[in-house]
Amino acid sequence: MAVARQSLYRSRRLKLQLFRGVTFLLAAVFFLVPIIAMLEFSTRGNHNERTLEYWQSIFSYPDLFDFNFGPAPSAAIDASLELALVTSLAMLVLLVPTMVWVRLKLRRLSRILEFVCLLPLTIPAIVLVVGLFPMYIWLGTNVSDSILTLAFAYVVLVLPYCYRALDAGLGAIDVKTLSEAARSLGASWFSVMWRIIVPNISNAILNATLLSVALVLGEYTIANNLLYNNLQVELVHLERANAGVSIAVAVAALLFAFVLLIAISLVGGRPRRMRSEAITSFGTGPVQGSAG
Amino acid sequence: MTTAGSPAVATNVGRPLLGGRRFSLDWVGTLPFFVYVLLFLLLPTAIVAFGAFFDATNGFTLDNFAHLSRSYVIKATIDTVGISAVTAIFGATLGALLAYAIVTGRPNGLLRRLVVSASGVLAQFGGVTLAFAFIASIGPAGFVYLFFQSHGFNYYANSVWLFQIPGLVLVYLYFQIPLMVLVFLPALDGIKPQWREATESLGGGTWHYWRYVAGPILFPAFLGATLLLFANAFSAYATANALINQGGPVLAQQISGALSSEVGAVEPGFAKAIAVEMIVIVTLVTVGYSLLQRRTAKWL
Amino acid sequence: MKLGNLWRHVALAVMAVFVVAACGSSNSSGSASCSESSAKTATSASACGGMDALIAAAKSEGRLNVIALPRDWANYGAILDKFTATYGIPITSDNPDGSSQDEVNAVQQLGTTSRAPDVLDIGLAVALANTNLFAPYKVSTWGDILDSQKEPSGLWFEDYGGFMSVGYDSSKVPAITKFDDLLGSGFKGKVALNGNPKQANAALNGVMMANLAEGGTLDDISKGVDFFHRLKQAGNFVPVQATTATVKNGTTPVVFDWDYLSAAHGTDVPTWKVFVPGNAILGGYYAQSINKSAPHPAAARLWEEFLYSDVGQNLWLTGLARPVRQAAMQKSGTLDAAAAAKLPPVNGTPQFLSDAQSTSAKNYVVAHWDAAIS
Repeated sequence: MAVARQSLYRSRRLKLQLFRGVTFLLAAVFFLVPIIAMLEFSTRGNHNERTLEYWQSIFSYPDLFDFNFGPAPSAAIDASLELALVTSLAMLVLLVPTMVWVRLKLRRLSRILEFVCLLPLTIPAIVLVVGLFPMYIWLGTNVSDSILTLAFAYVVLVLPYCYRALDAGLGAIDVKTLSEAARSLGASWFSVMWRIIVPNISNAILNATLLSVALVLGEYTIANNLLYNNLQVELVHLERANAGVSIAVAVAALLFAFVLLIAISLVGGRPRRMRSEAITSFGTGPVQGSAG
Repeated sequence: MTTAGSPAVATNVGRPLLGGRRFSLDWVGTLPFFVYVLLFLLLPTAIVAFGAFFDATNGFTLDNFAHLSRSYVIKATIDTVGISAVTAIFGATLGALLAYAIVTGRPNGLLRRLVVSASGVLAQFGGVTLAFAFIASIGPAGFVYLFFQSHGFNYYANSVWLFQIPGLVLVYLYFQIPLMVLVFLPALDGIKPQWREATESLGGGTWHYWRYVAGPILFPAFLGATLLLFANAFSAYATANALINQGGPVLAQQISGALSSEVGAVEPGFAKAIAVEMIVIVTLVTVGYSLLQRRTAKWL
Repeated sequence: MKLGNLWRHVALAVMAVFVVAACGSSNSSGSASCSESSAKTATSASACGGMDALIAAAKSEGRLNVIALPRDWANYGAILDKFTATYGIPITSDNPDGSSQDEVNAVQQLGTTSRAPDVLDIGLAVALANTNLFAPYKVSTWGDILDSQKEPSGLWFEDYGGFMSVGYDSSKVPAITKFDDLLGSGFKGKVALNGNPKQANAALNGVMMANLAEGGTLDDISKGVDFFHRLKQAGNFVPVQATTATVKNGTTPVVFDWDYLSAAHGTDVPTWKVFVPGNAILGGYYAQSINKSAPHPAAARLWEEFLYSDVGQNLWLTGLARPVRQAAMQKSGTLDAAAAAKLPPVNGTPQFLSDAQSTSAKNYVVAHWDAAIS
């Protein structure tokens, strides 16, 4: 019996490894081939020779590169990085407590919350910006003209993606039991959020942060129509320089975002699968399915 | 087992407000979020929806909505809904498979970090550059096509499908699949190995596990992610505009035309009416999704 | 200090003030120097105290906001750089890919904020429809511009133009000698239009040029739309958005575009050629305007003066666009002859779309283009 179970496990593991291998291979081909095409094009000179001149010229644009972080970023990369930081923090502060609170106390609001968080995706950015103009004119004259005010709009833009990632994470843990246990032991709501819930959904938070950083770095329409020069708008400026530079710059931006996200994921923490299993499995047995 | 409300667990440890009366002020906790959303989302949406009722001379009119029956708008609506639905379903399925392949590996491993970060970057990659990436690889002047052509296989024999709707679907999958991976991975992380063991100890196999245990638990998250993918494809503009610049098959292109046409075809009221139509469509799909959620929750 | 001494110092000071004022007033010509409020309504440089006063006022404003001026469009990159180098005024260049309508939208929506565009470079159709947004201004070389190319009070005035052309990569497609060559089999899947004619001025003119080449008239664009329908049927038309990258990569080796924009592809593709059909010489000029509520009114006016000076006009010529003062400059000998020699040759009488013809063309295209091209 034990031997039969062993061989069952082994065949199952083999099938799993085969599945993983094929999946990763197909995914690698599908996702890498277009990038390789861009790389090839950006190193192709006018007479079909290989050249690095387009890549080298990227670093000579002061409007793009000029690292001086602060409340008034002058170059596009500084502005976009600062915007990414501000937007991610604001999104987490706004969304995580609200979602947990709704799960615990206001279940009837969850559908409304879900719909509201999906709304930004239903309106194309070119139209949303038309509705944002009055707000931004008011902000520009009364608060600040800085490009960092774009964060207000960006938090709204990332809501759909971050809500979905956080919701999947919250659905995988038993928020109610955790918070009740913590409260009964005398924890304040802040402690519950910060020391119980957040560590348990750290993966979801990480994914939400990655999504929001990537969105901010890739956002073009709203910044452009509000006449701000963020990273993507500056890339369009460069695009008009010549073909090779435009594609080199696009690949460079992708690589830059990729390295940044890896750095965030290294800082952001380890998957808590093992730990959450320990915390929730005491006394409650198999967890009931999380209602959507 | 303790439940909320029983004396052993108090859900409201603080003092009751207003001298003893239990006034539920729970909704106050959501106030910051809803105020923010009111100012920066609902207000702009209302401004746009409102603007759909006015014409160029600021007179009230329903003409903008009447113009939604123009043949090219109807065609664009059908095409856009079709593209969004197909890329949502395929993207969700393939993305879920890829996410499963990731999650069954080492949780701390380098592979997982690489794939998750790559997904983050590619989920937001779009527009002219993504279109060009495909044009440069599988397009009629791309190296993949030229390679196959030199070996006798011309996949553009009938027509260049890359610059038609099938091509658009393929290109959309490029960002739909990574989005699915990112959004669905936390749900997969919640699957516990005890469930598999429990199923087996009760005599069930792989099929039983997926059909009766893991599947129903994952289904709400899967459905929600599919809805997100649908809305994502539905409002995408730049990629479609780069690939199919003529004919405006996507609704967002019709909006852009009505807003920034420099040959005098600008109709801001009409653009806003199309936007309202898009909101209505996604609302309907969301309602359908919510009904489906409720129906499948009964099966659990 | 004794009182007597104090009075002596005061008297000296008062006299010094009078002397300085007398010297100062004899330097400036006429009215006082250009202040913020007078720059806003100045209709010419002299009305604002002369060029020097205008330059000083512009420098004190410290910035110029421009919109929709990509660096590779008619050599605008060099023009922006030269302005900043000459006057030391930094320029904020927004929305490089914007259309003329986007520029007008930005002016309307950003109102009086400090980021609103100061000056506009727009197509004639949009200029004529939005004169209520502009401030009248006449540059010092106003007399060199033909009456038909400017609005009498200075609300808009044409700046540069060119002719609609078919640019092609001679190493990838056969040479084009007459317009109907485009329907041939050597052009399968290779012909693109720069933009959508329902939206972009250049694309609409491209269809009109095809119209004229196929025997149509300026009043009726139907033959042009029909040409593109036939092009699509033959499998020669490519609906992709043509960019410098798709041209270099070979996906769009044939592009309908203004000749000065088309010529820019020559830097990427050495074998690029520009063809203007002999029987369809369709010209088009763009126009300059100053935003009525420009946040930097003096800088805006200085920019216009710069563009219409010999330096500015010759820079446009280097970009292979035909500056509006070209005829006058040729007569006075200030035209850059070397740059003028590089202009694509045009033999024949150019035609221009009037506003009414443009409107009727637009109406036809909006109704029939999508069906013709799908």
